[in-house]
Amino acid sequence: MVNSLCPNPSSALSTTPILEFKEISLTYDLKGHCTTVLDRVSLAVERSQFVALVGPSGCGKTSLLRMVSGLLPIQQGTVSFDGEPITKPLRNVGIAFQNPVLLPWRNTLQNVLLPLEIVQPHKSQMRRKRAAYQQSAHDLLQTVGLEGFQHHYPWQLSGGMKQRVSLCRALIHQPEILLLDEPFGALDAFTREDMWSMLQALWLRTQCTALLVTHDLREALFLSDVVYVMSARPSQILLELTVNLPRPRTMEMTFTDEFHHLFNELRRHIHH
Amino acid sequence: MLKQQILPISLSSRYATYLLPTLATITILIFWELIVHLFSIPAFILPAPSAILGSLGNWGMVVWQNSLVTLQTTLIGFAIALFTGLVLGFLIGYSKLVYTTLYPILVGFNTIPKVAIVPLLAIWFGIGTIPAVMTAFLLAFFTIAVNVSLGLSTVEPEMRDVLKSLGASQWEVFQKVGFPHSLPYLFASLKIAISQAFIGSVISETVASDRGIGYLIVTATSNFDIALAFLCLLTLAVMGIALYAIFAVVEQRTVHWLR
Repeated sequence: MVNSLCPNPSSALSTTPILEFKEISLTYDLKGHCTTVLDRVSLAVERSQFVALVGPSGCGKTSLLRMVSGLLPIQQGTVSFDGEPITKPLRNVGIAFQNPVLLPWRNTLQNVLLPLEIVQPHKSQMRRKRAAYQQSAHDLLQTVGLEGFQHHYPWQLSGGMKQRVSLCRALIHQPEILLLDEPFGALDAFTREDMWSMLQALWLRTQCTALLVTHDLREALFLSDVVYVMSARPSQILLELTVNLPRPRTMEMTFTDEFHHLFNELRRHIHH
Repeated sequence: MLKQQILPISLSSRYATYLLPTLATITILIFWELIVHLFSIPAFILPAPSAILGSLGNWGMVVWQNSLVTLQTTLIGFAIALFTGLVLGFLIGYSKLVYTTLYPILVGFNTIPKVAIVPLLAIWFGIGTIPAVMTAFLLAFFTIAVNVSLGLSTVEPEMRDVLKSLGASQWEVFQKVGFPHSLPYLFASLKIAISQAFIGSVISETVASDRGIGYLIVTATSNFDIALAFLCLLTLAVMGIALYAIFAVVEQRTVHWLR
């Protein structure tokens, strides 16, 4: 079953966006200096879309992600999930950072299973369904080519492998939303490109909604349905770019004229 | 390789780590024995290793009984230190208020040489086991408390974020991240703390006790039975190493994931 982890394919037709940012503003008080980071940012993410946010450092991309995960309180504006404003951490969110932050005392399998020990209803079913959960962890690890590493500890894995485990962990509890905060930023260029295809495979498999923050324009284009370009502080959305390349995308596509055209479009807005 | 030409075995082998210190110890003992005989050093100044070993016949049982006393005070003091250290470490690590209030006091207290407190303890609790247990505890708890709090407060914020974003409660964050993260710190401190507890009980025994190895050393030297004093020192060394080794092994087993 390819779509065994698909959370909710039927509602793909519904018209309410799964995520909606409305007039989000954010100010930081840095040593008495009031800095506006986000200035009335609005954007909507459709269910099962892959959306990327690109923009200069410090433009508040990560803040937007943290608002969705409930890690950052919303100062002004609303973020809605399925039409309901977010007030506390959502249960159906998976998150992966630039740093894979695996728990060093757990092996690969135990790291991937972690969310199931916390998120309901899995938490209370953990004992009963352990075998099934281990099977889905195994399936995810297989998708990312780590089937032989279930009993390895993080110190025995390379940077790219750890990041793949981190992605599996973000997806194991079948979240409706996957938040990716520069997940491949610390990897070398070759590994990074491998990870794009692998992440695409995971995403196609789970059909979740993905929100990616990245500095890498090619990465954003390769993976996304829509790319939002944000300006420097105080940030606003400069461009909403729809990427209509067919799926699954391949590395060859990144050499096509169409890809280059989209790439230049993004670049022009970043260095406006 | 040059190293292999000098030594018949590789320095990194497990074998070498046992063999070389043993050889060094035997060499030192042989030199010691020779020097004592060559220069006819009297036994009340420096007894030969053979004479020290010889006193085992006379004093073996006494040394054994007193070392059990020292071991007992050490372990009781260590157990209290472990409990106190865990509670204090937890409070300091998790509460900014407790940290700000208590930490300077603890640091201040820790700088007092504990031998200076023993006479007071003797006045309050009388001569014997209680001051020894107290000194062992006083020397050991600080290390444990500091390490546990360090382990709790150095959890990577992102690790906590991963759990919080899943909706984990404070308790779950402690259970899944804080506690395991502080384990290496705790176990690293235990092998230091057990040595400190051991030092504490011996210090107290030399000042304010009527039993234990510390007391036996003081008695032996005042009787000019230097061979017995050395036998006691040897016993202390063996006990100290054994206690350290036990906790070092426990550490290795429990936090194997640290490489």
